[in-house]
Amino acid sequence: MTDAARRAARKNPFDAHGRRSLGQLIARDFRLHKYKYLMILPVVVFFALFAYKPMGGLIIAFKEYRPRLGIMGSKWVGLTHFTNFFNDIYLVRIIRNTLSISFLNILFGFPAPILLALLLNEVRNRRFKRTVQTITYMPYFISLVVTCALVKVYCQNNGLFSQIAVAFGGTKQNLLLNKNAFYPIYVISDIWQQIGWNSIIYLAALSSIDQEQYEAARIDGAGRLKQVLHVTLPGLLPTITILFILRMGSVLNVGFEKIILLYSEAIYEVADVISTYLYRRGIVSSNPSYSYATAIGLFNSVVNLSFLLFFNWLSKRTTQSGLF
Amino acid sequence: MSSSGAATGKTRAWLKPGPGERAFDVFNATLLILLCLVTLYPMYYVICASFSNNIALLTTPGFLPYPRGFNMGAYRLAFSHPLLVSGYKNIMIILAGALPVNIIMTLFCGYFMASSGMLLRKPIIALIMFTMFFSGGMIPVYLNVRSLGLTNTLWALILPTAVSVYNSIICKTAIEAVPDSLKESAYIDGANDVVIVFRIIFPLIMPTIAVLLLYYGVSHWNSWFPATLYIQDNAMMPIQNILRAVLIANSDILNAAVTENDKIDQFAETIKYAAIVITTVPVLCIYPFLQRYFVKGVMIGAVKG
Repeated sequence: MTDAARRAARKNPFDAHGRRSLGQLIARDFRLHKYKYLMILPVVVFFALFAYKPMGGLIIAFKEYRPRLGIMGSKWVGLTHFTNFFNDIYLVRIIRNTLSISFLNILFGFPAPILLALLLNEVRNRRFKRTVQTITYMPYFISLVVTCALVKVYCQNNGLFSQIAVAFGGTKQNLLLNKNAFYPIYVISDIWQQIGWNSIIYLAALSSIDQEQYEAARIDGAGRLKQVLHVTLPGLLPTITILFILRMGSVLNVGFEKIILLYSEAIYEVADVISTYLYRRGIVSSNPSYSYATAIGLFNSVVNLSFLLFFNWLSKRTTQSGLF
Repeated sequence: MSSSGAATGKTRAWLKPGPGERAFDVFNATLLILLCLVTLYPMYYVICASFSNNIALLTTPGFLPYPRGFNMGAYRLAFSHPLLVSGYKNIMIILAGALPVNIIMTLFCGYFMASSGMLLRKPIIALIMFTMFFSGGMIPVYLNVRSLGLTNTLWALILPTAVSVYNSIICKTAIEAVPDSLKESAYIDGANDVVIVFRIIFPLIMPTIAVLLLYYGVSHWNSWFPATLYIQDNAMMPIQNILRAVLIANSDILNAAVTENDKIDQFAETIKYAAIVITTVPVLCIYPFLQRYFVKGVMIGAVKG
C-alpha cells in the first residue's frame, strides 16, 4: 500500500471504543511517517553526537577534569572555577575589551551597510548598481586568514597604512603593536569585509517599498532628499529595528578568530577578549586547565543566551517579530 | 528588485534633474567608485606583489601601483611546493568528502522541517533549533572530538560540520515552495519520501542546492581554526592553515619542507602572495554566477532565522 492510501485508510485515528493508547498512536505515527523519521535519523544522531554530547561535557566546569580519569571519574569541585574566574586578575580586562570591541563594531559596522544600501538605491544606472554590488560582495568570500594577512602587511613598519599614518603626522611604526590602533583596524577591516554582504537584506527591503508612495511624495513636491527622509527611511525602519535588536542579542560574540589572527602579547591590554583568554587557558597553554576554561565558556554562553532571550522578547514586544 | 529599480529610473527620468540633484548623483557615483576601489585594491595589490621581484618588493612594500619587476618564479615554486600542494590536496579531500554529506543531510533536515503531520515534528525541530543558540563551547567540543578519536584525521574537519541549521532553514523554505500536488501524485504512484526527496524535490530546487554548495564550500574552504585544534601533522593541514603559518605566524615551514632552501629564499616574500592568489581566486570566480540566488538565500535566512 502507498503512503497516501495508508493515510486515507487510517483517517480515523480512534479504535472501536473511540480511544487509542499513546503507544498505539506512536506506533501508528512511526508506521505512517517511517521514511521521514528514517531521513531525520542521521541528522538527529549528528546533533546528539556533536551538539548535545558536548553540552553534557559542560559538567566539567563543576569538576576538576583530568583526561586520565575521564569526565565521569574526575572529582566534583562545585563552583570553585566560577569563583576563581570572578576573582581572576584579567576578568575586568577581558570583559571590558569584549564589550568595547562589540559596541564599537555595532556603532560603526551596523549603520555602514544601511548607508550603502541607501546610496545604491539612488543609483539610476542599473548596470553600474549591479557592478558595485558584485564588487562589494567580494571581500565576504575572502578568507579571514588572507584578510588578516593583508592587514598585517599593510600595518607593518613600511606598509601602506603605516605610510598613510606617517603622511598624517604619525611616527613610523608597526601599527599592530600600537594599542591605540587596534580597535580602528578591527572595525574598519570588518566593515570592509561585511558591508556589501550585509547591505543585501536592506536592498531587499528597499525593493519592497511601494512605488506609489514615491509618486505621491513627488506630487506633494518632495525632492529626492525629502523622498529618502519620508519614504525610504520609514520603509526601512522595521528591518533596521529587528536586525539591530538581534545584533544586540549577540553582544558578547566578538570575532575571536580574527583577534587570534591579529593580536600579540604587546596589545593584550586592549585586544584580549573572553574567548581568546579561554582559548589560551584551555588549549594553547602548556598546562591547559580544561575545567577552568569550560567555566569561562559556560559563563559566556549563559550571558549570551540571556541577552538573546531578552532582546528577542523586546523585539516581540515592539515589532511583533522575533527569532522564536 | 531589479525590475522595480528600473521602474524608479523611468518614472524619475520624467522630472528634469535640478543642479543640486545632478551634484548629488556625481557625488554618489564618486563615493561608490571609491568604495569599489578600496574593495578591489587589496586583491590587486596581492596580484601585483605575486608577480613582483622578491627584493624589490621587500624594500618597498607600501603602495603598489604595478608589479615591481616581473617574475613568474613564485608561481612555479608555489605550484610545486610540497606543503602548498598537500594543503590544496587536503582541502580538496575535505570538500569531496564533506559536500555530499552536507547536501544530503541538509535535504533530509529541510524536508523533515517542511513536512507536517508527524507527532515528533515539533520536539525534533525544537531540539535542532536550540543548537543555534546554545552550544557546549570551545573546550567541551574539542574534548568531544578528541574522545571520538577523530584528532589528526580529516574526519575531524568533516563530521562536526555535517549540517548547519541555518542552511537547513534555507532548504526548508525552498522545499515549501514546491507544489504539494507534485508530492501527492508521486505518493499515488507509489513513491516513498526518500524517492520524493531525490527524484522530485532535488531537481526542482537546484538553484537553492547551488547556493547551499556555495555556502558550505566557502565555509570549508575558508575554515582554519578547527584544524589548529585537531590536526598536528603539517602534511595534513588544509591550505588555509599553511597560509596562516606562512603569512601570519611567519613560520618557516615552507623552508623546512624542502631541501633547496636558497630557491625558497629567492622568492620568500612573493611566494606568499602567489599562495594567496591560488587559494582565493577559485572562490572569487564562482560567486558572481550565483549572486542572483544567494541574494535570495540571505533574504530567507534573515527574515526568518
